[in-house]
Amino acid sequence: MTVFAFRRLAMALPTLLVLVTVAFFLMRAAPGGPFDNERVMPDTIRAQIEAAYHLDEPLWRQYLIYMGNLAQGDLGPSFRYEGRTVNELIAAGLPVSLTIGGLALLLALALGTAAGVTAALRRGKATDHLVMGLSMTGISIPNFVIAPLLILAFAVYLGWLPAGGWENAGWRHLVLPVVALALPQVAYVARLLRGSLIEVLSSDYIRTAYAKGLPTRTVILRHALRPALVPVVSYLGPAAAALITGSVVMEQIFGIPGLGRHFVQGALNRDYTLVLGLVLFYGGLIIAFNFVVDLLYGVLDPRMRQRA
Amino acid sequence: MARFHRTQRRGRLSGLLAAGLCLAGAVLSVQAQTLHRGNGAEPETLDPHRATSVASSHILRDLFEGLVTLDRAGRPVPGAAHSWTVSEDGLRWDFALRETARWSNGDPVTAEDFVAGLRRSIAPATGSYYAQMLEIIAGAEAILAGTAAPETLGVSALARHRLRIELATPAPYLPGLLSHPASFPIHRPSLAEHGKAFDRPGRLVSNGAYRLADRVLQSYVTLERNPHFHAADAVAIERVVYHSTEDIDAELARFRAGEIDWTADVPVTRMPWVRAHLADAFHAHPYLGIYYYGYNLTRPPFAGSPELRKALAMVIDRRRITERILGTGEQPAYGFVPPGIPDYNGQRPEWADWSMQQRRETARALYRAAGYSEDAPLELELRYNTHENHRKIAIAIAWMWKEALGVRTRLINEEFKVFLTTRRLRQDTQVFRSGWIGDYNDAFTFAEILHSKHGLNDTGYASARYDRLLEQAAAEPEAAQRRAYLEAAEARMLSDMPVLPIYFYTSRRLVKPHVRGWEGNIMDVHLTRYMQLQEARAP
Repeated sequence: MTVFAFRRLAMALPTLLVLVTVAFFLMRAAPGGPFDNERVMPDTIRAQIEAAYHLDEPLWRQYLIYMGNLAQGDLGPSFRYEGRTVNELIAAGLPVSLTIGGLALLLALALGTAAGVTAALRRGKATDHLVMGLSMTGISIPNFVIAPLLILAFAVYLGWLPAGGWENAGWRHLVLPVVALALPQVAYVARLLRGSLIEVLSSDYIRTAYAKGLPTRTVILRHALRPALVPVVSYLGPAAAALITGSVVMEQIFGIPGLGRHFVQGALNRDYTLVLGLVLFYGGLIIAFNFVVDLLYGVLDPRMRQRA
Repeated sequence: MARFHRTQRRGRLSGLLAAGLCLAGAVLSVQAQTLHRGNGAEPETLDPHRATSVASSHILRDLFEGLVTLDRAGRPVPGAAHSWTVSEDGLRWDFALRETARWSNGDPVTAEDFVAGLRRSIAPATGSYYAQMLEIIAGAEAILAGTAAPETLGVSALARHRLRIELATPAPYLPGLLSHPASFPIHRPSLAEHGKAFDRPGRLVSNGAYRLADRVLQSYVTLERNPHFHAADAVAIERVVYHSTEDIDAELARFRAGEIDWTADVPVTRMPWVRAHLADAFHAHPYLGIYYYGYNLTRPPFAGSPELRKALAMVIDRRRITERILGTGEQPAYGFVPPGIPDYNGQRPEWADWSMQQRRETARALYRAAGYSEDAPLELELRYNTHENHRKIAIAIAWMWKEALGVRTRLINEEFKVFLTTRRLRQDTQVFRSGWIGDYNDAFTFAEILHSKHGLNDTGYASARYDRLLEQAAAEPEAAQRRAYLEAAEARMLSDMPVLPIYFYTSRRLVKPHVRGWEGNIMDVHLTRYMQLQEARAP
């Protein structure tokens, strides 16, 4: 087990290195630079600014400077937000994205599991069709459609919840974005779980469990649900990374100061360091979550432990 | 009108005050006097000398006060300076500063603070996009060229509260320019202590009606009343929250939910609904800007063919574009300088008043004279930066060209920075979208961008006659003569047609009726210090 963990970690470093290198040169290949603006700068000013950000150096040297700073944990200064570092921007946005993404993930798991189990146990009955119909709708309607509808209903007409913003970060500001973010995930989790649970329920050891005289509750919760969660968990690994690094669309619609908007705005502004920092952060998260997922397989399904 | 508002407000204000005292004391009235402004994009910085975005400038005008400030109607009025005098040649300006002016930490505002601010704004090390705008100050050109130190700038403190600005060329528009954030003063001790990062809450010391209270990146900036401001007693609104509202549909929802009192924009696609349901809150006002297409004059087919450029300009039915596509009161543009500039008559070509029929016929003749016909049509590339309205307008114009002349147009959209790069290279572009918002209320801010040496002249227009007229205008201290030069320059340019004017901008926003003291103006500048809230907002 420990050997496995070490091997995975040793693989992570070169992966991130390749990722950041490719991203570095791709960003630079895009036409236009961070200081191209509808207004033009006198050459002396441009030269001073470019020198301050090492943009006057050859590309390979800029790369070495960036990697050198990175080795010390410094993601560099943002090109767009004067006087702020990328470390600072990520540190400011992360708690917000983590809160919303984390809550959305929990909600998706809780509702999705409940719906999936219900549908699987009532297979072919009205409840099953209802749950699966609803989840199909949830998957088909993108959240940039759901979000404005939720806003219209709960903020504009009913006036129960705020339509957006992040003042004082009260719980009321969390509800709509978390729900909008979680709904499509609920649907995915429900469908995946229903499918795998139905498969597990028809396997021999479940029949054995019933034959032993175990109550249905124990059979489902102790023996069937855990292995049935395997496909859900492998789906949730990358999904969790995406949820936590923030959703661009949700953040724009609800005016949430998370990480997602930095990604898109950073690319449009050619804020090289900010985008690189986020790519690296996102890459690291995906690797970490995939690792956790691999560990969870063993916990959920004893057969996998033996195979490993 | 203004007087009526004021008396009415006073009555309501005292009523509100009494109610506040009776009910819950100060807390309620503070809550009641909080204005929530939708502010569009995220402000990139609160450093007045580095800021470029409109979003930043709205906040900065509340935080700081220049020598001159703008009134409700956007006109320059005394700010930190209570008066000024100009020498006869228009080159030497002496400003008398208010002795009661204070920074938000109580320090007095002195002439030295303005000297430091202007020097910093122009110093190449600061990296200001607006440094070039201040090039009219004596010595600025050499500083910008890197051959002189910022200390050589022609701005000096004659006494603690007396400031002199010496200009290289007369500029009657100087007061307007001195109300721009790029010419705001700087609190030297806090800059020395915190460097670049002086613009944060807890650090930023400002001299305007408000001071910085709080900021959450990508979410909001909160300002509170500056008790040290020289006119603090006349400032009614205690707090103003600037919300970043990048998504205009979401902004509209927040306005409807009562979370913001004021929007930065109104989605064009929702205009019919807005007119039907929010008519009392909707405001559109002419804005100091022009939307136009530029021709690349350095390459075929537009190099050396003014007939062709004119033919393409003539057949565009601008009214259809402003009414059918835009529909928020935009004015069709035939000249380059927007209406509403004092002491200036916008020029227009004579065909502007012809019927569409007559214009089409004349254009066909010009088109044929340029060597094109139905069998050998002109093939064009029209480039624009990715945006829904730009696309709609480009489609409409390509259709009008095809309908009237048989021109085949290929539409190419590019991401903004890519677009700017191709436009500036002047190699691939033939016709490109462009727009310009005036920095100050004077025709020169529009005329100068077509000067052959100006960095924004992406058409490559180089007319010795036009350049000379602009230089004459710049050197002319006498107002009437200066105006004559500028008008002659615009007329000259229109006969060469290096650009194809389409429409003059309007600013459009929603303002809750309980916000009093709001007035549309051509600069689209609205200082919070002039506003009052009529009643407590519903929670």
